[in-house]
Amino acid sequence: MTSPSQADLIAGNGTTDGESDPPKKGKSTSSDDLVGRSPGQLMWTRFKRDRTGVIAGCVVIFFFVIAALAPVIAKLYGKNPYTLYSQEDYSLLDEYGYPTGNAGGISADFWFGIEPNMGRDIFTQLLYGMRTSLYTALVVAVLAALTGVIIGVTAGYMGGKVDYWLSRFTDFVMAFPSQLFLISMTPVITAIFVDPQKETPVHIRFFAIVGILWVLGWMGMARLVRSQTLSLREREYVDAARVSGASSARILRKELLPNLQSTILIQASYMLPSAILTIAFASFVGVGFQEPTPDWGRMFATAGRIYEDNPMYMLFPGVAMVIFILAFNLFGDSVRDAIDPKAGR
Amino acid sequence: MLRFLVRRVLGASVILLLISAVTFFLFFAAPGDPALLACGKNCTPDALTIIRENLGLDKSIPHQYWLFLSGIFTGRDFAIGHCDAPCLGVSFNDRTMVWDTIIDRLPVTVSLTVGGLIIFLTLGIGAGLLAAAKKGTMVDKAASSTSLVLSSLQIYFIGPVVLGAVVYSTGWLDAPQYNEFFDGPMAWAAGLLIPWVVMSLIFTAQYTRMTRAMMIEQLQEDHVRTARAKGMGSKYVFFRYAWRGAMVPIVTILGMDLGGMLGGAVVTEMTFGLAGIGRLAVDSVVNVDLPLTMGVMLVGATFILLFNILVDAAYAFIDPRVRLS
Repeated sequence: MTSPSQADLIAGNGTTDGESDPPKKGKSTSSDDLVGRSPGQLMWTRFKRDRTGVIAGCVVIFFFVIAALAPVIAKLYGKNPYTLYSQEDYSLLDEYGYPTGNAGGISADFWFGIEPNMGRDIFTQLLYGMRTSLYTALVVAVLAALTGVIIGVTAGYMGGKVDYWLSRFTDFVMAFPSQLFLISMTPVITAIFVDPQKETPVHIRFFAIVGILWVLGWMGMARLVRSQTLSLREREYVDAARVSGASSARILRKELLPNLQSTILIQASYMLPSAILTIAFASFVGVGFQEPTPDWGRMFATAGRIYEDNPMYMLFPGVAMVIFILAFNLFGDSVRDAIDPKAGR
Repeated sequence: MLRFLVRRVLGASVILLLISAVTFFLFFAAPGDPALLACGKNCTPDALTIIRENLGLDKSIPHQYWLFLSGIFTGRDFAIGHCDAPCLGVSFNDRTMVWDTIIDRLPVTVSLTVGGLIIFLTLGIGAGLLAAAKKGTMVDKAASSTSLVLSSLQIYFIGPVVLGAVVYSTGWLDAPQYNEFFDGPMAWAAGLLIPWVVMSLIFTAQYTRMTRAMMIEQLQEDHVRTARAKGMGSKYVFFRYAWRGAMVPIVTILGMDLGGMLGGAVVTEMTFGLAGIGRLAVDSVVNVDLPLTMGVMLVGATFILLFNILVDAAYAFIDPRVRLS
C-alpha cells in the first residue's frame, strides 16, 4: 500500500550511511539505531556533497533574500527607486542628461551610479526591479506548476475520454505562439479591466501578466506528469491499493503523488528561470510593468537605447542577470543530479 | 507518409481555426471601440461611421469573424480597394493590406533565423559531440563550462555589449542592417553578421550542452555496448549508433526553437533595430493595430504548427522504429 521507496525502507533496505554502505538486507530487526531514510533525506545528503550546487543554491537564495529585503536595504542605504535625484542636485547630470561622475556616476552616495535622463539611483532601481521580477515569476511558476500537475494527473489517472480531451486541450494551448501572444494579449487583458484612456494600476497589470503567463506556462508540466502517471497507474502497488479498497483520492495522495515528486520538482526547476526570463522579455518589449514601477527587464530596454552614449547603465542589471541565471542553471543541475543520480551528465 | 501528412495538416488547420477564433473574440470583444482606435485623434462622428462601415465593424462579432475567415480564402473588398486571396484584413493604422506588410517583413526574420541556425547547429552540435567523445578531459571541461556561461547570457544584454565593442567604440563593423539577399549576398551577410553571431552564441551554448548530455546518455545504452563488444569501430558506433539515438530529442527541441524563432524573433530584432516580423508584432501592439497583430499571430502559429509536423515526419527518417500512421 505504500510506494516502493517506503516499502524498501520498511523491508530493511534503508541503511544508516546512505549510499556509501552496501544495503544490508534483513538486518533491520536486529538493532534499534538503524534508521531508515526517506528519499528526501537521501536527496539532501547527495546534494550537500555537490559543492558547486550548494554555492549556486546560496547565490540563488541570496538574490531572493535581497529582493525580499529591498525596502529594508533601501532604508539603510537612504535612497529609493522613485526619487529623481538630479532634480535635487543639478550637478549629477550634464546638459545631455548623462551622469557627470566617473563610470556612470558611481560614488559613495550612488553605489551603482545614476540613471541617465531620469537621475534615479540605479542600486535601488535594480533592487526593487529584481523584487518585482523574481516574485512575479515565483507566483507564475507556482500557479503554472500546480495547474500542470492537476491537469496531468487527472488526464493520466482518469484515462479514456477525459485524457483525450485534456491532451487535445494541452496540444492546443501549446500551439499558441507564446511570445507573440504575450505581447499582444497583455494590453487587451488590461483593457478589459481598465479603460485604455486611463492609467492602469500596478496590481491590475500584475494580474494581467501573471494570468497570461500562467495560461501559457503549464503545458510542459501537464504533459510530463500525464505520461508519468500513465505508467505509474499500471504498477502493482497501485493495483494492490485498489484491491484493498483504497479510494481514488487516497491512491492519488499516497501512491501516485509521492512517486511523481521528483518529476514535478525537476520540471519546476526549469519553470522558474524561464518565468523570470519571460517577464524580463515582456518588460523589455514594453508590455510588462510600466514606469514608475521599478523592473529588471525594463532596465535592459532603457540600457539598450542609450548604450552607445552611456554603456555603464547596462553593467549592473546585466551582470546581475547573468549571475542569477548561471547560478540557477548550476543549482538546477545539481538538484536534478541529487534527485536522480543515474542521469549521468 | 501521405496519410500522415494529410491527417496532420487537417489537425493543424483545426488548431489554427481555434487560435484565430480565440484571438479574434478576445481582441474585438474587449472593451474599447476598434473604430475609435482606427480613427485616431481629431475624429468626427461621420468619419467614425465611415470607418465602421469600411472595416465591417458595424456587424456583429461572429459575422465579422466569418468575413475575416472567408477573406483568407476568397479575398475581400474594402472601400480602399480589393484585398487579394490570402486576405488578413486592412491595417487600422496606415490602411495597407496586412498580408502584404507581413510578406514584406518576412525575409528579414527568415534571414536572421536561417543564418543563425546554420552557425549554431554546426558549432553547437560539433562542440557537443567533441565534448561527449572526450568526456572528462580538458576539452570537455572547457566546452562544458564555456557553454554553461554562454547559455546564461541574454540577447538584450550581450547584444548591446557586442555592438558597443565592434561598432560604437571601434567602428570595425557597420551597425546591423538588412539588405536584400538577391541584391548581393555579401552585403546581406555582412549586414546580419552581428545579430547572427550574438544569437548563435546563446543557442550554440544550449545545443552544446544538450548534444553532450544526449550523447553521453546514449553511449551508456546497452545497444551501444553490444555493438562495441561485437568489435565495431568506435567511430562507427559513435556516429551510427549513439548519434542516431541522440538526434531524436535534439530534433524535437530544434523544431520547437525554430517555430518560436520564426514566430517571434522579437528580442533579436529589437536589439539590433531590424524590421522583421517580431518588430512588426510589437509595433502593431503599440499602435493598437488589431488586424495587423491578428495577422502576425496567425502567421506565427502557422510556422509553429508547420515545424511540429516537419519534426514528426523527420522522426521517421531518423528512427526506423517510428512509423507514421
